Amino acid sequence: MKEERKKHLLNLGLWTWSWVATLAIATFGPKFIWDDHLALTTFAIITNLVNGVLMILANRKLFNHYDELERKIHLESLALTLGLTVIVGLTYSLLDQTNIIPFDAEIGILVGFVGLTYMTTLLINRKRYS
Amino acid sequence: MKNKVRELRKQKGLTQEQLAEIIGVSRQTINAIEKEKFDPSLPTAFKMAKLFEMSIENFFLFDETK
Repeated sequence: MKEERKKHLLNLGLWTWSWVATLAIATFGPKFIWDDHLALTTFAIITNLVNGVLMILANRKLFNHYDELERKIHLESLALTLGLTVIVGLTYSLLDQTNIIPFDAEIGILVGFVGLTYMTTLLINRKRYS
Repeated sequence: MKNKVRELRKQKGLTQEQLAEIIGVSRQTINAIEKEKFDPSLPTAFKMAKLFEMSIENFFLFDETK
């Protein structure tokens, strides 16, 4: 069971790093590597998208390997993260639209918020059931 | 839900890790069941019943007031 878990975790780790790398290439490549070549940019974006889908499938495999308590913990954390992201995301967008914040709302901030919220709710839920 | 899993596990001379391995769940799950923080699924309860050689209602005590 543990060996299989390690295998799934390693697989997810590899796809995650690969996705981050292809995202970086698709983001900075057009400006710094291939001078806005349309075909290369399209190829980089499609590669990143396919990589993202494979990362999700690897995550699903790991999730399906969890036992019932782990699934409950992850599902509760995901539900809280989804709810908070919608609420906070819309508030953040409103703050931008009404110019209450002196800068443009960046999607990166929301992605960071999702990651932090998921980690925090996961830690809290793990503590609750230990 | 109240249960006698810890007591029965000790009677069988098993550690949480060993019981978890036999049932096919993590040690944390066994710990959460024993501390009555988590109620297991039916398949897990049936696996335990088979191991402890008794029916589920003999070691999981349902309290209607909760």
